Amino acid sequence: MEQICKQPTVAEPASGVVQAEPDSVIQVSGLTKAFGHHHALRQISFEVRRGEFLTIFGPNGAGKTTLIRILSTMTPPSGGDVSIDGFSLADDANKIRNRLGVIAHQTYLYETLTAAENLRFYGRLYDLPDLNNRIEKLLAEVGLRARQNDLVRTFSRGMQQRLSIARALLHDPSLLLLDEPYTGLDQHASEMLSGWLARLRDNARTILMVTHDLERGLDLADRVAILVKGKIVFSKASSDIDKSKFQKTYYEFVEQNTRHT
Amino acid sequence: MIRSVTAILIKDFVSELRGKEMLLSMLVFSLMVAVIFNFSFPPGSEFIQEAAPGIIWMTFIFAGLLGMNRSFVYEVDKGCLQGIMLAPIDRAVIYISKLIVNFVFILLVELIALPLFVVFFKLDILGSPGYLLLVVLVSTLGFAVIGTLFSAIAVNTRTREVMLPILHFPVAIPIIICAVQATAAVFQGQEWAVVWGWTKIIVAFDVILFIVAFLTFEYVIEE
Repeated sequence: MEQICKQPTVAEPASGVVQAEPDSVIQVSGLTKAFGHHHALRQISFEVRRGEFLTIFGPNGAGKTTLIRILSTMTPPSGGDVSIDGFSLADDANKIRNRLGVIAHQTYLYETLTAAENLRFYGRLYDLPDLNNRIEKLLAEVGLRARQNDLVRTFSRGMQQRLSIARALLHDPSLLLLDEPYTGLDQHASEMLSGWLARLRDNARTILMVTHDLERGLDLADRVAILVKGKIVFSKASSDIDKSKFQKTYYEFVEQNTRHT
Repeated sequence: MIRSVTAILIKDFVSELRGKEMLLSMLVFSLMVAVIFNFSFPPGSEFIQEAAPGIIWMTFIFAGLLGMNRSFVYEVDKGCLQGIMLAPIDRAVIYISKLIVNFVFILLVELIALPLFVVFFKLDILGSPGYLLLVVLVSTLGFAVIGTLFSAIAVNTRTREVMLPILHFPVAIPIIICAVQATAAVFQGQEWAVVWGWTKIIVAFDVILFIVAFLTFEYVIEE
């Protein structure tokens, strides 16, 4: 049987207590989030080290998006401590925002603006210097330079997601949070996205992705975790996982923990 | 802060000039009301002179609600509001930007529709156009101050088209009453003291509501 953690952390699964590590980018300790009587996250703790790619799998309603919303400072937690790059979520939200980029199934792009205008708008919010050069460079990197003056509404879903990657990387964040980035993409666009994410991982960016997509999530990750009903019930380095058996393992953990709660 | 507010303003004005969803819906509604009421009363009717302030403000309020509903809808459709919230800016920047956008667009529609009401209803504003402009400015600001906060709440509800008026009207009633009374005073050619008596109440509500909205907006959009 794979490793089961009642109160695990990703970096230090056994104790349930986050061990401070000098190179950890995300430190989460005892994080809870409740919406009324519904507990979306229940005392979860984990760390993500600098340059690590962590994938968190989980079924619908597991709390994956809530976790991303909290880490990205969009929703305040109900309890627990979160720090990113050494900054506390409660006290230094704007410093954290400067260090993170988010790619989600929603693109955060305005359809009535052009590709360049979208990036210019977000660049101004981040008060970035040399913005036009950054935009040109990023649009070239995601293969959209020729379409920079076209309205986003004329882009395919795959092109919009590539532009969304450019938007997320505009301020050169050290941490990327990915929330179901494959949703709505066809096979070709999904493969392109995987290629992009692999490049970002190889450039030593710290990445945390939540997804249903077991195959792609496992391929990219250095470490994987399973979140069920607001608790991390499994975590392991991907190199220690038999990929051919992971789907079975995943369903076992989901079923076991869904039944027990 | 000014740079971020400017960025959102530029984005909203460019988007609106291309899409014209907000302006067109407000303008068409206002013009329809002006035309319909013009045909509802016989030419030279004195009653229309008395009813005009109420008709005008009812039109501006409903038109404003139509527009303000749109102001956050297109932000949440593609998750763009989350994109803005990810940026290292205070939440107040979002509120102030949206408030300015709503205020400018509603005012623009009012400045187009008001002359039509004056012509159709044969209203006399030549004696004190400045008074009328002041009443329109402070009342519109009040509606926008409340409407911007409540449209941020309404946009995350399933019945967002209905929710904004339900939330907005009870709080806006003092401003509506004062705006109608001040406008009536202008049309009746009453002296400045009477107009200012109503207008200063609107100004007081503007200040109080702005402080409340400014302080609560962060909590409204984060949950």
